[in-house]
Amino acid sequence: MDMQANVLSVRGLKVDFTTPDGDVKAVKGIDLDVKPGETLAVVGESGSGKSQTMMGIMGLLANNGRVTGSAKYRGQELIGLPLKGLNEVRGAKITMIFQEPMTSLDPLYTIGRQIAEPIVHHKGVSFKQAKVRVLELLKLVGIPDPERRINSYPHEMSGGQRQRVMIAMALANEPDLLIADEPTTALDVTIQAQILDLLRELQKRFGMAIVLITHDLGIVKHFADRVVVMRRGEVVERGDIEQIFEHPKEDYTRMLIDAVPSGAKEPPEDSAPIILEGRNVAVDFAIGGGFFTRATKLFRAVDGVTVRLKRGQTIGIVGESGSGKSTLGRALLRLLPSSGHYHFGDKNISNFDRSAMRPLRKELQLVFQDPYGSLSPRQTVGEIITEGLRIHEPQLSRAERDKRAIAALKEVGLDPAARNRYPHEFSGGQRQRIAIARAMILKPKVVILDEPTSALDRSVQGQVIELLRDLQEKHGLSYIFISHDLAVIKAMSDYVIVMKNGKIVEEGETEDIFDTPHNTYTKTLLAAAFDLE
Amino acid sequence: MTDLSGIPTTIIPPEESKGRSLFQLAVIRFRRNYAAMAGCVVLLLITLFSFFGPYVISHKYDEVFPSYVNVPPSLEALPRADTLDGVMKGVADRARVELREFAVDGNTFTATIHADKAIDPRSTRYFDRANEFDNTQVTATEEDGKTLKLTGDVKREYFLFGTDQNGRDLMARVMLGGQISLTIGCLASLVSLFIGVIYGAISGYLGGRVDNVMMRLIEILYSLPFVFLVVVLVVFFGRSFILIFLVIGAVEWLDMARIVRGQTLALKRREFIGAAQALGLTDWQIIRRHIIPNTIGPVVIFVTVVVPKVILLESFLSFLGLGVQEPLTSWGALISAGADKMQSSPWYLIFPAIFFVVTLFSLNFIGDGLRDALDPKDR
Repeated sequence: MDMQANVLSVRGLKVDFTTPDGDVKAVKGIDLDVKPGETLAVVGESGSGKSQTMMGIMGLLANNGRVTGSAKYRGQELIGLPLKGLNEVRGAKITMIFQEPMTSLDPLYTIGRQIAEPIVHHKGVSFKQAKVRVLELLKLVGIPDPERRINSYPHEMSGGQRQRVMIAMALANEPDLLIADEPTTALDVTIQAQILDLLRELQKRFGMAIVLITHDLGIVKHFADRVVVMRRGEVVERGDIEQIFEHPKEDYTRMLIDAVPSGAKEPPEDSAPIILEGRNVAVDFAIGGGFFTRATKLFRAVDGVTVRLKRGQTIGIVGESGSGKSTLGRALLRLLPSSGHYHFGDKNISNFDRSAMRPLRKELQLVFQDPYGSLSPRQTVGEIITEGLRIHEPQLSRAERDKRAIAALKEVGLDPAARNRYPHEFSGGQRQRIAIARAMILKPKVVILDEPTSALDRSVQGQVIELLRDLQEKHGLSYIFISHDLAVIKAMSDYVIVMKNGKIVEEGETEDIFDTPHNTYTKTLLAAAFDLE
Repeated sequence: MTDLSGIPTTIIPPEESKGRSLFQLAVIRFRRNYAAMAGCVVLLLITLFSFFGPYVISHKYDEVFPSYVNVPPSLEALPRADTLDGVMKGVADRARVELREFAVDGNTFTATIHADKAIDPRSTRYFDRANEFDNTQVTATEEDGKTLKLTGDVKREYFLFGTDQNGRDLMARVMLGGQISLTIGCLASLVSLFIGVIYGAISGYLGGRVDNVMMRLIEILYSLPFVFLVVVLVVFFGRSFILIFLVIGAVEWLDMARIVRGQTLALKRREFIGAAQALGLTDWQIIRRHIIPNTIGPVVIFVTVVVPKVILLESFLSFLGLGVQEPLTSWGALISAGADKMQSSPWYLIFPAIFFVVTLFSLNFIGDGLRDALDPKDR
């Protein structure tokens, strides 16, 4: 192949990290070619080295990282290039956008200044002169009213708008190659679709190549021309979109493609009793207020929502960020001050305070989204999962608690030896199993699952969903499943509630909602989700 | 990104069944930090020197050697042979006798004294009274007791650090100063640690109005002039060693409480706290089991900053005459005394200052190492 024809050509690239526990080989010698104007997707699960490859090429590795091999931009070697030479390429010819639009903009400068920065730096013009170009870019990436927005600070913009600003920055010098590292992962599905459309449109206009790093095969299928599948720092498979999706050669690729949650849940019998009910649930958050002043503003996060959960039922609550779905979950567990009528079984718990709720906590459990944040890093797994037993069954002896811990760990598919270890020694999926074990050890009746699979890789998601379904069947549990991921909701729940701005916009049996949505918002939501079929 | 984050396995590799806690990992990282380990060793040596040194040297911290006032530090034993003549003459003058012969042989001396009247044998005590001589005995009496032949031991003293203007061994003083400074440093830090961590954790965790009131209280205490507070307390309770570290601890906890509160505010939003609430733990159980253990990292680092700060504060108090009092002393007191005589007798200042500075350096290196080891970014 003619090397000059490629925008970027990578040969035998290795990335190593020196850590106190020995060297970690993040990327073990990979080859890549990016042709002008194409979209190459680099796919892999977390830890596959897909981001580190690009960071290595751009000279952005952490201090303990080391990159070797060859990466040529139009024939110019980038690896080992002194900083000055590297800076002529990066930011001008090759640019990057990152996953987290909330943190990749500097909060101290206006967005206009931040977009102008690369122009001023690489073209040697003044900030004033760059302003025209900045306005043009803002218009290009679809920021409304650019003359006014140019003086906005990052905190004044939404996540999607910030990502647009990041894209404007990346486009400022009309690069040949745009590296997009999970550009839409932190965004809601509807925004995700808009951003991807924008990228595609800009690509068509400027003819730049895009390297899209992602774990989401749905995006890849709709967006990329070619795919490189990575696993543990090596390229497993590469090829055109059709080839990879229709005729994957490797088991790993097939596994990634098949990892989309599947199956459906049968609704419980009509005669099943209602186990948890919240009528007219409303939650207000106070904004402002000081020592002597009362809070001046109230923000209504949940606005008069009614939820009835039957025994054995799974209600899926869908909504974008800020729709109040997590707040609703906590309100139903009476973990937040909220108004409304609440019944658990035949008990009216509307007026129960914290201490009155305490005995009921055993039966109402909660599993969180972030498996890294929901386990105390200073306790062993055994201590974490038996903590509830110490509160609710204090009569148990140490040995009995240990026995229950072993049983609970086995039930979630973990080695019981795990109980002497600490959370940081486990992967995300394993931690989520630990969090589930912590809830299950108390033999609850209702479990609220707050995005339990959102932080996990697709293949692990499938396993966790499988586990949750098994547990439900075995113990006759009732779930409230909160997620923004429609595929997961579809696989898990038999009843769906769609929320927006604290209100229910539509609810019904899962099939009805997915097949014949009535509400326009539900339709947008469904349309924005990239399916694999 | 270790192997664990690759393709997840449902079963953990069955290597060792005991996991390494974050703390154990921190210890391993700390051991690899040579500067911090060197700091630990030096600090240990200084501690041993201060606390066990007094059992090794023969001089007590309040023992006065009138003959050796203001002696510069030296490796030689005192008195020197050439000065003994003069010393003996002086002693003889005081005893009102005439010195006829004087010779030193190793560690013993012989002397012949003469007077016009018979000499009372008890006047040998004049010789013993001098720091240089000991065990003086009459070996022969001549001329009806008008001439006495004496022998005795020459006492040789080592003053490696010299002596102060009162003739006390500076080494013994530095050791005592180290004991007191290190004790106050540690105890006061512990007092501040104890109050600050609990106060800060409660304030941060409960939040809202409670937090508001508790933090305003801290601000009020901050605004009280420290020295004034100490004077009031000293006047009220009388001056004592315990009071000093209580007073310092009572002031230092304000910083600690603020740091812990900040940590707690960040921790409070973590999901494991939410999980604990969902399990039905009471506030106090959450603070004790989840909040406080997770603030340990920054707290430990802050303690290594507080210890030197407390040592400095104590020296400041001693300087004002509110700290430890003579004959007790501390490094701070020794340094402030030495600073007065810096030009005439620099060793007053140099030795305590060296120990003080080396201790502070070690503590800072240790603190630095701890910060790296207990890196707050969770793995």
